[in-house]
Amino acid sequence: MSNDILVLVEHRDGVVAESAHELLGRARQLAGSSGGEAVAVVFGSGIDALAGQLGAASRVLTVDDPSLAQPTPAAYQAALVAILRERQPLLALVPNSGIGMDVAAGASAATGLPLAAYATAVEVDGGAPRVTCRIYGGKIDATVRFRDGRGIATVVTGAFPAAAGQVAGSPPVERVALPAADSRVRFVALHRPEAGDVDITREAILVSVGRGIGEQENLEIVGELAGALGGAVSSSRPIVDSGWLPRTRQVGKSGLRVKPKLYLALGISGAPEHLEGMRDAELIVAVNTDPRAPIFGVAHYGATVDLLDLVPALTRRLAG
Amino acid sequence: MELAVLLKQVPDLAEELEIDASGTDLEREWMTLVTNEFDDYALEEALQLRDEAGGSVTCLALDTGSADELLATCLAKGADRAIKVGSFERQPDSHTAARAFATALGRVPHDLVLTGVQAIDDLDGQVGPLVAAELDLPHVSVVTHIAIGPGGRAATVNQEYAGGVVAELEVDLPAVLGVQTSRVTPRYAPVSRVRQLMKTAEMGHVEAPTDGGSGLVVEAMALPQTGAGAEMLGGGADAVADRLVAILRERGLLKA
Ligand SMILES: Cc1cc2nc3c(=O)[nH]c(=O)nc-3n(C[C@H](O)[C@H](O)[C@H](O)COP(=O)(O)OP(=O)(O)OC[C@H]3O[C@@H](n4cnc5c(N)ncnc54)[C@H](O)[C@@H]3O)c2cc1C
Repeated sequence: MSNDILVLVEHRDGVVAESAHELLGRARQLAGSSGGEAVAVVFGSGIDALAGQLGAASRVLTVDDPSLAQPTPAAYQAALVAILRERQPLLALVPNSGIGMDVAAGASAATGLPLAAYATAVEVDGGAPRVTCRIYGGKIDATVRFRDGRGIATVVTGAFPAAAGQVAGSPPVERVALPAADSRVRFVALHRPEAGDVDITREAILVSVGRGIGEQENLEIVGELAGALGGAVSSSRPIVDSGWLPRTRQVGKSGLRVKPKLYLALGISGAPEHLEGMRDAELIVAVNTDPRAPIFGVAHYGATVDLLDLVPALTRRLAG
Repeated sequence: MELAVLLKQVPDLAEELEIDASGTDLEREWMTLVTNEFDDYALEEALQLRDEAGGSVTCLALDTGSADELLATCLAKGADRAIKVGSFERQPDSHTAARAFATALGRVPHDLVLTGVQAIDDLDGQVGPLVAAELDLPHVSVVTHIAIGPGGRAATVNQEYAGGVVAELEVDLPAVLGVQTSRVTPRYAPVSRVRQLMKTAEMGHVEAPTDGGSGLVVEAMALPQTGAGAEMLGGGADAVADRLVAILRERGLLKA
């Protein structure tokens, strides 16, 4: 057993994901109080050079094999389980991404280590981790400990500043053998999104709509407001899933990360997956009839009026 | 193609959530429950796949007292069978739920097990990967666009990453998939039909272990501390619009 804090590093095209810096920065601080090391764990093929981007770690463990060239859940999980069993860290931090969600719960079941999901804060207190999990769509924080003092946490993107993990240096790499390969899930192809008519990551003003808009027809008055403001319309995921707007307009975890000068959120509850994509906007104004909607937690200004009343009222003032 | 769908109910976020006297759980006395929306997508995908490839859809829910309504809704939407699993006072943690589902699946034929990618109360992780680990089946989460391959030996699925990047994966069957969204909006079941089926439908029941536990100790539950939070603009739509225009003008965000 060790007091190390492990971080599962995601990477693509030779670049580590921002989540790696966020988690390693925090792991480094936690290792200071646990008396262990911050250890980066990387799976892939030909990945030694990634260590140069992981200066916040004391060591980098790699499982390097052609079969891991593309992430697949079964192979990644087998590799993670082997490392957790062998190294017995105090805590493993896994990004709450597609891959992270694939492997963390499965690894928990396979190792018997408990899992704290949707973590937004992690500390080490009295030698053991304490994790704050944002559940119920962002409406409740649960503070939990692991029964035997060790466990896994899946961490929401943006929970910790990436800057703390952007440390120069190239920690030593230690190769770990590939456990028995699991090829029941196979990579076929990677599809990158096609460019849309509007690039919402470049717009200074976004008028963003969520399920609170009710009917597709109501998009028309929202478009008029965006026009009057000189901005573009973006949305939460359900609007895109309904086919009301193209995928390129989706803000959030599985959509785009935007940082406009103004983000006007209309009828968006503010689920953690949405906040991931827009919390860094310079000015956030939220309109939601539920005074307890989590979107108000990140907004600068808020109002609990009906968006269908506010939108035309606002357009009238801007156009007139 | 034998399709099994695992479903549960979660608190309705449209209602106000309150913390109970212990400070470590929600006040559940008057709580309104709704079907986990991602489980609804899983059911719709299962029904679509059955209509394409033939076979049947079996819906499973832990018997928590409100399972009848949930499962009757599944039948009203066109599921072939409904099975209540174990006996629980309330929805347990994901690890316990997964053990119970895994036991039940030992008695339900399945080529493909579909469940929602996540639920708002998955404090100890998502049920899909936990069930897969219990049954030693392959698993993929955050899945859309499920297509069954020739002979029903494998399926191809899309897994979504950040920024709209999608990985196409092939997975050997039987497998467990965590569904992100369905190809069409989930169908609607008329309330009258659900009510009728609650009285008349035959639902199966499978015994299952109710122990296990998540290995987590909840110290506290609370409403999030979000710092200052938003400055709320009072009044009706016109008053709010006036204030907003002033705020935007002051910040130089208005055209001309
Ligand atoms: C793996 C994964 C990835 C995801 N990725 C994303 C993502 O990229 N982007 C994303 O947005 N979501 C994503 N989600 C979905 C996310 O969990 C939420 O389901 C989603 O963000 C909710 O969208 P919403 O706020 O529009 O809808 P809801 O949560 O239903 O909120 C609607 C809101 O509208 C308010 N409202 C209703 N009527 C009115 C009215 N007349 N006037 C004003 N307010 C009103 C309600 O009070 C409510 O708060 C993802 C989920 C998963 C599992």
